Amino acid sequence: MTPTTLPPAADVPSSSAELLEGLWRDNPVFVQLLGMCPVLAVSNTARNALAMGLATLFVLVLSNGLVSSLRRFVPRQVRIATYILIIATFVTIVDLLIQAISLDLHKALGAFISLIVVNCLILGRAEAFASRNTVGRSLLDGLGMGAGFTVGLLALGAVREVLGFGSLFGLAVFPATFQPWVVMILPSGGFFTLAAWLLLIAARQRRRAGAGAPAAIATTGVAR
Amino acid sequence: MSEQSLGSIFIGASLINNFVLAYFLGICPFLGVSGKLATATRMGAAVTFVMLVASVCAFGIDAALSALGLPFLRLISFIVVIAATVQLVEMFVKKTSPALFRALGIFLPLITTNCAILGVALFQTNRGYGFVQSIVFALGAGIGFTLALVLMAGIREQLELADVPDLVRGAALTLVVAGILSLGFMGFAGLGG
Repeated sequence: MTPTTLPPAADVPSSSAELLEGLWRDNPVFVQLLGMCPVLAVSNTARNALAMGLATLFVLVLSNGLVSSLRRFVPRQVRIATYILIIATFVTIVDLLIQAISLDLHKALGAFISLIVVNCLILGRAEAFASRNTVGRSLLDGLGMGAGFTVGLLALGAVREVLGFGSLFGLAVFPATFQPWVVMILPSGGFFTLAAWLLLIAARQRRRAGAGAPAAIATTGVAR
Repeated sequence: MSEQSLGSIFIGASLINNFVLAYFLGICPFLGVSGKLATATRMGAAVTFVMLVASVCAFGIDAALSALGLPFLRLISFIVVIAATVQLVEMFVKKTSPALFRALGIFLPLITTNCAILGVALFQTNRGYGFVQSIVFALGAGIGFTLALVLMAGIREQLELADVPDLVRGAALTLVVAGILSLGFMGFAGLGG
């Protein structure tokens, strides 16, 4: 079975469904738990989180597009290596772009920009979606997943910055007497904030599904 | 060339700035493979080994690319060489020890997308470590990764028996435990300056 001959799924969803899937129902951060390393590492301020999210979005959309347009030419045996090369190329472009736009930001994100290469989300979408769907749908999928990833990062970054620095995007939220929660900026704050978000979503899911059904999110997580 | 002593590099990489708990590198296997103590130990050993090999390769690549004046190719070459190394290691292990190969199973190929490996290669170049320093750094990072993984697996094996509310079970609980572990590792900050 080669991915090139695979027909698109029977129930072809509309393009808006493609977008919403990544944004909410299959959110890469909160539902699929993919690409956790950058999520936890650079979400200590909202600005870093937003920049990281946009950089990932950029790489995801372009690599999805290229992988999809090359899907008939790449031999099955070397497909993963090809995907990684494509992704690495776009990541290098993003790295140089950020360096040109804001050196401050480049220093704050450090090696984590380069580490977008090994973000399982991007390789996962290339393998699971872009390699068997048309260019247009792959671009939309990349856009949806990237946006969902950005939203997830921002949700973490905003909470951690508000509690850890008392500010949002560098603007003070609380009066000067506010005692910042230092733990939120530290690595452990990232773990705690993500855990809190997951709990919140699982609780909401459960209330919706009724008391009988077990919370889907809490059990499906941690796949890799 | 960095001036740091070998001892402080080792302790820094394994305990103070633990790759998993301080830099969040290799979170995917950390959360995915830490369910059982035995697999966690094997995974840690495999990662440490690949890290050492990748570190040596990365040092050579960086020297070559710097000499050629092509630093922008660094990332692409690193990832390609790491992928090739993992493949070679996989073939080698399969040939020499089929038992170990079966035990590692899917983990070996997955190491390619383990950010901790690429992280070692990138950090050692960014910090300008020399050859011996790089090897010590990779060894420390690998041991730190194994330590975090094994600790986590031990805790999770105990948690299986604990009476935890249904809602919290799964990812959220693992993350809270990881956060507490990370807090604990901050206590090493005074070691070795």
